[in-house]
Amino acid sequence: MLVISQVSKLYGDALADVLALAPTDLQVPGGETLVLIGPSGCGKSTLLRLIAGLIQPDSGSITFEGTRLSSENILQVRQRIGYVIQEGGLFPHLSVRDNVTVMARYLRRDVSWIDSRLNELTQLTRLPEEMMSRFPAELSGGQRQRVSLMRALMLDPDLLLLDEPLGALDPMIRYELQQELKAIFAQLGKTVVMVTHDIAEAAFFGHTLVLMRDGRIVQTGSFKELAQTPAEPFVEQFITAQREPMAQLVEALR
Amino acid sequence: MKAKQRIGVMLLGCCTLLASNVPSSVAIAIASAEEPVSITIGSKGFTESVILGEMLRHLARQAGIEAHHQRQLGGTRVLWNALLSGEIDAYPEYNGTLLQEIMVKENLQTEAELKQALTARGLRMTPPLGFNNTYAIGMKAELAERLKLRTLSDLKNHPELVLGFSNEFMDRADGWPGLQQGYQLPQQNVRGLDHDLAYRGIESGTLQVIDLYATDAEIAYYKLRALEDDLNYFPVYNAVIVYRADIEQRAPEVAAMFNRLAGRIDAPTMSRMNAQVKLNGEPESAVAAGFLKQALNLDVDYQIQTAWQRFWLRFWQHTGEHLILVGISLSAAILFAVPLGILAARRERLGPIVLGVAGILQTIPSLALFVFMIPLLGIGGPPAIMALFLYSLLPIIRNTYAGLKDIPPAIIESAQALGLPSRARLRIVELPLATRAILAGIKTSAVINVGTASLSALIGAGGYGQPILTGIRLDDMGLILQGAIPAAVLALLVQGLFELIERGLLPKGLQIQASDVKLAS
Repeated sequence: MLVISQVSKLYGDALADVLALAPTDLQVPGGETLVLIGPSGCGKSTLLRLIAGLIQPDSGSITFEGTRLSSENILQVRQRIGYVIQEGGLFPHLSVRDNVTVMARYLRRDVSWIDSRLNELTQLTRLPEEMMSRFPAELSGGQRQRVSLMRALMLDPDLLLLDEPLGALDPMIRYELQQELKAIFAQLGKTVVMVTHDIAEAAFFGHTLVLMRDGRIVQTGSFKELAQTPAEPFVEQFITAQREPMAQLVEALR
Repeated sequence: MKAKQRIGVMLLGCCTLLASNVPSSVAIAIASAEEPVSITIGSKGFTESVILGEMLRHLARQAGIEAHHQRQLGGTRVLWNALLSGEIDAYPEYNGTLLQEIMVKENLQTEAELKQALTARGLRMTPPLGFNNTYAIGMKAELAERLKLRTLSDLKNHPELVLGFSNEFMDRADGWPGLQQGYQLPQQNVRGLDHDLAYRGIESGTLQVIDLYATDAEIAYYKLRALEDDLNYFPVYNAVIVYRADIEQRAPEVAAMFNRLAGRIDAPTMSRMNAQVKLNGEPESAVAAGFLKQALNLDVDYQIQTAWQRFWLRFWQHTGEHLILVGISLSAAILFAVPLGILAARRERLGPIVLGVAGILQTIPSLALFVFMIPLLGIGGPPAIMALFLYSLLPIIRNTYAGLKDIPPAIIESAQALGLPSRARLRIVELPLATRAILAGIKTSAVINVGTASLSALIGAGGYGQPILTGIRLDDMGLILQGAIPAAVLALLVQGLFELIERGLLPKGLQIQASDVKLAS
């Protein structure tokens, strides 16, 4: 269970502080997938980075499985969190194997444990074995995201955070990876928080969708709830804005 | 990993090898008076002073004392301070310089007062050697004839003349400022340059009036006329030897030997010796020995070497000295600058300060930086190494800083999100990614260092600058090239060496996408 209570974040500016996130409450039950969605600058990435402890909140608290995040325990807590970002964030100077195992090796995990874990993950993400000795520059975008996911899962974290994990992929690969990723989430049963700006992707993954705007949560609920009982006109606008152009194109072909 | 270690060991090996071959100048500065008695002679940066310096060295050896000669150490101030601090024991000077320049504030009038002032500083002076090498102002005899110039007062009527004076003359109290005032000279177009270059300037016509030393061999050679000092402005510059009083205890025979030169060298003799070196290309050492044989009937034992022997001996000596200067200063700079660069990149507040200070150091003209080191560290190897060290810092600091700052934020964030502590992040992720930038900084520093090290000869640290300085003094292009070519080759070799090191140290993953990596230069 991830509990966010009254968390807020200001970004300092020479002239005035900009409110990146108004005081926000949110709860993610264990094993669920929650999707943060909204237009650019709505605060969804800020919220995800607060959960990962990459930035510190100006107020409020974040508690994961009973542990409140603080600057003292952040390094330990991060080992229980897997984090995947848009371009993968892979270390260009390390091979795929070294990228995935870097933290395990730093923690001096047993070599045989590392090898067997690596084996499990290659099967899970269906990354060809011969990719292990390649460098990130020699991989395709989709392969890079698979490696990034392997790295995030290496230490078997309880919480998986994904920031637009498929955002940089071309549509075909993206569709394929969406299917695989959802299967992996279902198989692993981990708590997942994902950020996306694509409503279809959000609906596809999320048990719960959190629609945000201007640093505030507009509505929380399933896709069905958002679509059928929008809390504000904005919710409807946001959904139709992404659906309508395609619908019009299809209509025109009839 | 293995390859990196091997290269590390190789580098260490190189440094030790360099350090074991310490050049004489460095050794002298390090070893102090506990050694078996030996003395160090200094000389100024012109031929006459070097010949006299060689003469002193022969005399000391004749008295059974080991003597070193730090040739063409620089200007009067450098030698005077080195003598006061005991880094050199004796050097040829002119009494006019002592009275009118070094101790001008004390307003000494007589020979006795001068001797007293020297004694107060723990110094002695021989009686005059016999020639007056006063300053004179000269121009091409032909031009002087055409403009009907005979005396210095006549210069007043020709404000259009271009004047070129030795740098020291430009600034000395008894030099150009006093001369201009004394004769009310109107010329505005006055430049300072090396004394030996001035002769070339007057020959080519870019200069029309220069300062001369009365015993310069070139006066006759270039057909110059010395203008008459009709107001008796220039004082007498009788050559003397100044030496430390403690020589009289440490090596009384040497002091006695020095005094034997008194009154033995008249102006034509000195002028002839200058000509032998400057115009005939004979080694100073041989000319000095020849004089001692003729005037004092001393058989000086000096090695007669063929030109090639001399060339190779000098070449290896200068190469050794240059390598030590570069090796020590660059290694120290790497050891200091990389951590400073890291500090600058990681501490938001400290960054601008570190970069600012290193930047200011770099704006000091290199020549001045070398001279600034003299009051702190004396002459020879240590101040040169310190100056080169300071000069090598900025490129490495700046590139380390930029290399770390240029790492994409997404990569830093990924490393943070994994839970890697700050130090581990630096070691595992950030430094490997900044390798190329850091090595580029080191390479830049190394090339600058090799070039700048040529200036070390000016403060007595030897190196490839030595033949360049001598070459300028003797107007000998061959000698200049003997310093300039090896210095250039060494710079290329160093650059090549660092490219090899880069190939060994640069992570393989970065070599693949070399073209994508943004480089800070």
